[in-house]
Amino acid sequence: MTSETNVLRKIYLDDYSPILGEAEVDELRALAHPLHGHTVQMVNSTALGGGVAEILTRLVPILQELGLSVRWDIITGGNEFFAITKAFHNALHGGPYPLPPESFDAFLATNEQNLTRLRMDCEFTVIHDPQPVALIKGRENNSGHWVWRCHIDLSRPNLTVWEFLKPWVSKYDGAIFSSPEFTKSLSIPEYLFFPCIDPLSEKNRELEPEEMRAVLERYRINPRRNILTQISRFDRLKDPVGVVRAYRIVKRYFDCQLVLAGGKADDDPEGETVLQEVIEAAQNDPDIHILNLPPWSPTEINALQQASTLVIQKSLREGFGLTVAEALWKKKPVVASAVGGIPLQVIHKHTGLLAHSVEGAAYQIRFLLSNPALAAKLGQQGHEHVREHFLITSNARRYLTLFLLFLRAGK
Amino acid sequence: MNNAQCPFQFLTASYLVRILDVKASTLADLADGLEKCSDGSIFFHTFQSLGRHHFLTEGFSNDFAQWILTACNRAELAEQLASLDIRDYTAIPELRADLRRIVKDYCEQHSAFATQQAFEEFPFCEAVEVTTPLGIQAWDLRQFSAGLGRLSHASLHYHFIASRLRLHFSTNDFSQWLENCLGLKSLASRINQIDIYTNTLDSLRDLLMNLIEPELHT
Repeated sequence: MTSETNVLRKIYLDDYSPILGEAEVDELRALAHPLHGHTVQMVNSTALGGGVAEILTRLVPILQELGLSVRWDIITGGNEFFAITKAFHNALHGGPYPLPPESFDAFLATNEQNLTRLRMDCEFTVIHDPQPVALIKGRENNSGHWVWRCHIDLSRPNLTVWEFLKPWVSKYDGAIFSSPEFTKSLSIPEYLFFPCIDPLSEKNRELEPEEMRAVLERYRINPRRNILTQISRFDRLKDPVGVVRAYRIVKRYFDCQLVLAGGKADDDPEGETVLQEVIEAAQNDPDIHILNLPPWSPTEINALQQASTLVIQKSLREGFGLTVAEALWKKKPVVASAVGGIPLQVIHKHTGLLAHSVEGAAYQIRFLLSNPALAAKLGQQGHEHVREHFLITSNARRYLTLFLLFLRAGK
Repeated sequence: MNNAQCPFQFLTASYLVRILDVKASTLADLADGLEKCSDGSIFFHTFQSLGRHHFLTEGFSNDFAQWILTACNRAELAEQLASLDIRDYTAIPELRADLRRIVKDYCEQHSAFATQQAFEEFPFCEAVEVTTPLGIQAWDLRQFSAGLGRLSHASLHYHFIASRLRLHFSTNDFSQWLENCLGLKSLASRINQIDIYTNTLDSLRDLLMNLIEPELHT
């Protein structure tokens, strides 16, 4: 078992100037100036796969380009450790915790083993998610500034796991959450950092028309007719059957096609069942395209979003729901449920429309199809909203601000 | 062209958002929260909210009004709160008192709505401000105009909107400097009249430049 330091491809901040404007990029540099040479350590449990690794792959090089000395370390552990942390993850989302109490000792032992291999000597240390949370034991003489970045929804945790983790979290100088809804009451300051998308990534870059056409042809989607799209895995909480019902209501008034695109999560045994339920609900309607995409299909998702007339996210429960930010970035009008992090992205009647039922979603879709000028305006304002708040550069700015705050406050 | 006695220092402000342990799920809770929350929270949900949503120029005023409209479906109360103009306030306690009075009066007059559950909770947050010099300064109007052209949204918000609370006066950093350091009283006044509710920060910059441009040739 060896802990690793992840070495990343360089990113040039100037590449973001055409998107953000030079003034915004200059401002990032000004904020970073007092932090030149200061050391930062990011620690998580995986280099590849998952949202955290995806963000760090871009964030770390951006902070390095801004002059900070940033290291990204990955903890390692055996199968037992990751089975425990997977059980933690499910339990923190409110599920049961089926493992015995000794599992907590095994968890701490793996954190201890990582401490013997990792150097924890930076001025700013950011520990991501519960897996490495006990590394704070390696903080010497209360030195440096330590922050816990929690990417998961802690609002309804299984108390067995939370009561075990809470004393560790309380040792940090602050905790960062993705939404005010995801927090637990803590004795340390809690900060709000939105998750983010990278406008230069394969999933969000502007595609050439022929790239889009190729994807639509592959899935036999007609670009000249209205396309309503929901991108999400086949999970009951994303209510794909509800989307089919809303589409049927809309179809009475408008010619349209429905695209339900996503994959089945490997760790979700219900995925196949839900997919079958959706196929059944579609009743062989040739205008309903159910696309079971491979896990990593960024170009396909990008093309489907860009080609859409309107994007739907009719979830019953949601984490942050970054597919909404992806659609808004592509200037698409969005109709979405007011759950999880969605209302932070869809400001009703300003950057999209919120709905609370199948019938409500259908009504909002019809309203937007009847008012294309308003739909375009919501899409444009949604794009601006994402530019201000949900891009990787905004995330970098928040980290810079946090480090500056710590630096100026001293100890 | 006149030289100023002291230069205009362009700064920027970056805000860290702190989540507070105060939430509202009814209008009555909101009235309570408005009393209990920090000054930084009132600032975040009003002055700072306007900056965060500067690209919305129709019908968005502050977070409280937006929540009351979308989560409580009380359009008349939302309208009352939205019509509070932050330019009228030079201190947070005055703004807090008015927000609270409006919500409290409404709750007293419509007791059934006061305890009705909202679709989603209102989480009180507060902004922690970190200011940084941009390394740009102006000694005359030409340099000032050039500096404006290089400002980010955050910097424009800091100097033009948030400055009222710092100055405790119904003006902004730009007008203050133009009047006091360059003697351009009329220009300062016209700049202070720009409506920040119906402009984006980009269109605000364009208006500033348009007002300054003729002065560069006199």
